[in-house]
Amino acid sequence: MEKAKLNNLKSIAAQIRLGALEAVHAAASGHPGGSLSIADIMAYLYFEEMNVKADDPKWADRDRFVLSKGHTAPALYATLALKGFFSADELKKLRQVDSFLQGHPDMKGTPGVDMSTGSLGLGISTACGMALAAKIDGKDYRTYTIVGDGESEEGQVWEAAMFAAHYKLDNLCVIIDWNGLQIDGTVEEVMNPTPHDKKLEAFGFHVISIDGHDFDQIEAALNEAKATKGKPTAIIAKTIKGKGVSYMENQVGWHGSAPNDEQYEKAVAEIRATM
Amino acid sequence: MADKIATREAYGNALAEFGSEYDFVVIDADLAAATKTGTFKKKFPERFFDCGIAEGNMMCVAAGLAAAGKPVFASSFAMFAAGRAFEQIRNSIGYPHLNVKIGATHAGITVGEDGATHQCLEDIALMRTIPGMVIVNPADAVEARAAVKAALEYNGPMYLRFGRLAVPVFNDADNYTFELGKGICLKDGSDVTIIASGVTVDMSLKAADLLADKGISARVINIHTIKPIDRDIILKAAAETGAIVTAEEHNIIGGLGSAVAEVVCEGNPVPVIRVGINDQYGHSGKVPPLLQMYGLTPENIAEKAEIALSMKK
Repeated sequence: MEKAKLNNLKSIAAQIRLGALEAVHAAASGHPGGSLSIADIMAYLYFEEMNVKADDPKWADRDRFVLSKGHTAPALYATLALKGFFSADELKKLRQVDSFLQGHPDMKGTPGVDMSTGSLGLGISTACGMALAAKIDGKDYRTYTIVGDGESEEGQVWEAAMFAAHYKLDNLCVIIDWNGLQIDGTVEEVMNPTPHDKKLEAFGFHVISIDGHDFDQIEAALNEAKATKGKPTAIIAKTIKGKGVSYMENQVGWHGSAPNDEQYEKAVAEIRATM
Repeated sequence: MADKIATREAYGNALAEFGSEYDFVVIDADLAAATKTGTFKKKFPERFFDCGIAEGNMMCVAAGLAAAGKPVFASSFAMFAAGRAFEQIRNSIGYPHLNVKIGATHAGITVGEDGATHQCLEDIALMRTIPGMVIVNPADAVEARAAVKAALEYNGPMYLRFGRLAVPVFNDADNYTFELGKGICLKDGSDVTIIASGVTVDMSLKAADLLADKGISARVINIHTIKPIDRDIILKAAAETGAIVTAEEHNIIGGLGSAVAEVVCEGNPVPVIRVGINDQYGHSGKVPPLLQMYGLTPENIAEKAEIALSMKK
């Protein structure tokens, strides 16, 4: 990838991280760890990959995005704000009674949110429904969904995988955010769902494993997904939970707790230093 | 009176009948032969999608289809639709208020021989708690067809409850009008009102005849739309007859009886006695002895009507 493009994506990802942290800090609640792990993927999806219109969020032919791991809504909201779906000032109102930014994504209230999610395992199935709708209507929009690694312990994820392969949903791209941590510990310790690659292949997916913080790899994988016909693609993105904030990285405790003022300042400084 | 037809049969026929006029898809969870969505599948195979035995996924697929602009009917047995997939319906269909019609068949104990695990007696209670969910429980084939048409005209989540058992067709197809949310007074009366839904409507008409033999004038109201419920027709009955019996093929907790009692208690308190499944599980058996066993008979409804009458102040 050209250096200018790469730098731009890095800058966008940093801004997404800052926005997500600003929201979680202001709310004094929320899920920073998994928001930071998907920031690079979100940056690429919304600023390079997906065909969406901020001034027409319900545009019928848009590409769809379902955040199946809905608790990392701060990353989605920061991305949507940066893309222009709503003012970045809204981020400060995350989880407040006078805000349309719910703790988990709400498609009725928030411009740009394509599906209400939060209860794990449901989003990937709704993404299957959207991809099927495109097939039925002969439309060429694509559907993307990010599923958590811990989320894949939900049986419905595998019902959805079976469905996606059965109906040859090659317009569906499932991204597994493999950050390795969930609330009670490491994903392997809590309930080991690995190996995702072999399992998803066995279910009928084209599987690509990448570093989820490497834009060249993200780009190549999404291009490969688009070129793959007759079967859905799963991208297993190895990521770092809390990526970009030294004291949050790979720490289970930052799954669902907000930084205090001092911690927030430190996090902002660290991310700004990379920009 | 015409032959007996199951409301699920009428459901499948209606989907196939309206398939040309309306743009929608139908999905099922390996029960198309039983839910009768197979009738639609036969006529419109390109618009039918089997989801396999995975009801949770099916409900969310339905949500995704609807979110992408495709009206959809998702079918399974009531137990696996409202029961198994409750949370999927609540979070992925109800919360975003998506245009998904849940066609749930084999509701109630008239499932018969399959027994308790397949006799869903809780679905209305579960669906009633979902904000914005419309619940329709047709009483016969004519009403079932009309309900499907109404569902196609309505944009939002709806739970349609159908039965396995072939039941008498008492509505006149030529003169029947279905209005979502409006109860139908099938027989006027002044002493007591029987409010019924689904298979118990026909029983209630027979109960009214039994009461008439004793000189008691019973009003019979068919509530096909359990949510939003027709408050006016219920409060009018409370005011004019002063005593109410409800009859339903559902647990007396949370279903039609509860809905009527809520309206009456808050609007015009009069005695309400609920006939239904008394907080029990079902049982295997042929339908007639099952109905006897659980008290879903014209005789029991009439008996309870007399008790309600005696409680009038």
